Amino acid sequence: MSIEAKNISKKFGQFAALDNVSLTIPSGELVALLGPSGSGKTTLLRIIAGLEFADSGTILFDGEDTTHRTARDRRVGFVFQHYALFRHMTVFENIAFGLKVRPRSVRPSKEQIHAKVHELLGLIQLKNLSGRYPSQLSGGQRQRVALARALAVEPSVLLLDEPFGSLDAKVRLELRRWLRQLHDEVHITSVFVTHDQEEALEVSDRVAVMNEGRIEQVGSPDEVYHHPNTPFVYNFLGSVNLFHGRMDDEIPAIHEAATGDFVYVRPHLLEIQRQPNGGSNFRAVIKHINSAGPLVKVEALSEWGAPVQVEMSQEKFQDLQLAKEETVFIIPKELKVFHKAI
Amino acid sequence: MATTLPLSTRGLLPAQRVATAATGESAVVRWVLIGVAVLFLALFIFLPLAIVFSQAFAKGIGPYWASLRQPDALSAIRLTLLAAGIAVPLNLVFGVAAAWAIGKFEFFGKSLLITLIDLPFSVSPVVSGLIYVLLFGLQGVLGPWLARHNLQIIFAVPGIVLATIFVTFPFVARELIPLLQAQGQEEEEAALALGASGWQTFFRVSLPNIKWGLLYGVILCNARAMGEFGAVSVVSGHIRGRTNTMPLHVEILYNEYQFSAAFAVASLLALLALATLLVKTLVEWRARRQLAESARWDGEEQIA
Repeated sequence: MSIEAKNISKKFGQFAALDNVSLTIPSGELVALLGPSGSGKTTLLRIIAGLEFADSGTILFDGEDTTHRTARDRRVGFVFQHYALFRHMTVFENIAFGLKVRPRSVRPSKEQIHAKVHELLGLIQLKNLSGRYPSQLSGGQRQRVALARALAVEPSVLLLDEPFGSLDAKVRLELRRWLRQLHDEVHITSVFVTHDQEEALEVSDRVAVMNEGRIEQVGSPDEVYHHPNTPFVYNFLGSVNLFHGRMDDEIPAIHEAATGDFVYVRPHLLEIQRQPNGGSNFRAVIKHINSAGPLVKVEALSEWGAPVQVEMSQEKFQDLQLAKEETVFIIPKELKVFHKAI
Repeated sequence: MATTLPLSTRGLLPAQRVATAATGESAVVRWVLIGVAVLFLALFIFLPLAIVFSQAFAKGIGPYWASLRQPDALSAIRLTLLAAGIAVPLNLVFGVAAAWAIGKFEFFGKSLLITLIDLPFSVSPVVSGLIYVLLFGLQGVLGPWLARHNLQIIFAVPGIVLATIFVTFPFVARELIPLLQAQGQEEEEAALALGASGWQTFFRVSLPNIKWGLLYGVILCNARAMGEFGAVSVVSGHIRGRTNTMPLHVEILYNEYQFSAAFAVASLLALLALATLLVKTLVEWRARRQLAESARWDGEEQIA
C-alpha cells in the first residue's frame, strides 16, 4: 500500500513540529525518516499512524483519504521505541492481542490464532520463549516481539519509531540487518524513524532527511550521500570540513578569507602529500593522529589556522610515515560549494 | 544471540554494603534510636489496642457476644457495611475515571481538578458534614424542595452515604494518578493501533497495569469509609437502630457508661483496622516483588 502525506503541518503550542511537509512512499518500499531530535520525524510517523492528527494537510493510503481515521481503523502496524509491550501478558499473549480483540464476526478461531502466533514466533526466532513475560526478555528480544505483535494483524503498512534506539550497538547492528531481510521477505510498505545516518543508509530503499519540521531531501541512500542538496544533508550524513571558498571559473576552491560562500569536503576526500602539487593545495601542520580503527584519522591546522580533519587508509598512512607537528600539503579531491553554512 | 552468561544481581547488592560502611552509625546510637521507636509504638499503638480488647472482654466472652448481638449494634454494623458498600464502589469508578483523565491527558483546568479531588483531605470532616446539612437540611438550599417531594437526606441513610462518599473520595484517585502518569500512554497506543476498542484497551491493558495500586486505594478507602466519624456524625442525627453507624454507636454506648459494650463494638473496628493493615502489607509486598522482578530483568537486559 502506498502512503502519501500532503502539506502536513503540526504545531505543539508555539513550536512548529512539521511545516508543510509532503512525502510519497511507494508501495512495498522501506523508507527511513532521518533527522536530529526535534526535526519532526516522529511526529510525521505518528500522524501517518493516526496516533496524532495534523493541524492541516492530508494523508492518503493508496490514494484513499485517511486523514480523519483513527489508528484503530487505519490497519497500521506500529513499533514503539520503548517496545510498549503489554507487561502483564506473556510473549504469546502479546502477539495474539491484535487478533483476540477483533469483533467476533472476523475473529480467527483459537487454533488459527495459535498457528499464526507460532508462525510469527518462528519468524522472530523466539519459539522457546512464548511463555515469558516482557520483563524476562532482553532488549533485542523485546523489540522482536513488538515487531511480531505488529505483524500479527497483517497490517498494510509497518511504522517503526526509532526501532533500535534503545539497544546497544551490537544488537542494533544485528537487528537492523534482520529487519532488512524481513522486509525483503514480506515486502510490506515500511517507514522507520531514526537519527542514525548509518542505520538509515544501510537499511532503507530511500531516505527522507528531515530538519526543523521540513524535509530537506528525499532519495536513495546513494543519492543523498553523494549528491546532497543542502548543507544540512551534507553535514548530517557524515563528518565534514567546512571552509570559506567559492566557485572560481566553475571550479570550487578554498579561500582563506570569508567570501560569503562555503566549501564542504569530507575528511576522506582530502589527501595528504609531502610536496605541493602546484594546484589547489594548502599547507597544514599535523596536530593529532588516531590510527586505531579501519581508517587513520588525522587532525591538522591549516596555514590560516582552521582545523582540518583528514581520513586515510592504514596503507597510505604506512607509506607516508606522518608525525606530529610535521608540515604537509593537503589536496582536496572533491569539494561541494553551498551559499550558506548549516 | 546471547553468548555471555547472564549475571545475576540477586543477593549481591554491593551498593548496599558500601552504604552501611560509609554512612553507618555506631551500635549505641543504633540501639537507642531503635529503642525509642519501639517504645513509642508500644505506648501509642500496642497499648491502646490491647486495652480495647481487654476492656471488650472484661466481663467475659458471653457479654461480649451479647453486646454485639444487640439489635442496635447489629443495625449499626449493617448501616456501616451499607454505607461502605455504596461509597467504595462509587469512589472506585469516580477515582479511576478522574485519575485516568488526569494521568493520561492534558486539558484546561487540570490542576483545579487535582485540587478539588484533594479537598476532602484538607477540609475538616465536620465541615464536610455541615455542607450537606446546609445543602439538604430543612433550612438548607434544597431542603424545602426535598421536603415537598417527601425525600429525606439529612438524618437518614442517604445523608450518611453521601458524607461517606465525600470524605473517602480522594483515596482511589490519589493512589492511581502517579501510577498512571508514570506509565505513560504507549501501551494504550499500541493496543489502539492493534485494533482494540477503547473499552478493550481499558479492561485488557490499562486495568491490569494498575490493579495493585487500585486494590491498595480501595482498601484504604474502605477502612476510612467504615471508620468515618466526624462528617457522618453531623448528618446522622444519631437515631438508634436507624441512623447510627459503628463509630457513632461506640460513642453513644460510651457516653452511657456501657464501657464493655462500647469496647466490644470498638474491637470490631480495631479488627477491621488490623485486617486492613494485613491486606495492605500483602498487596504492597506483592506489588514490590513484581517491581523488583522487572527491575532485575532490566538490569540484565544489557548483557543478552
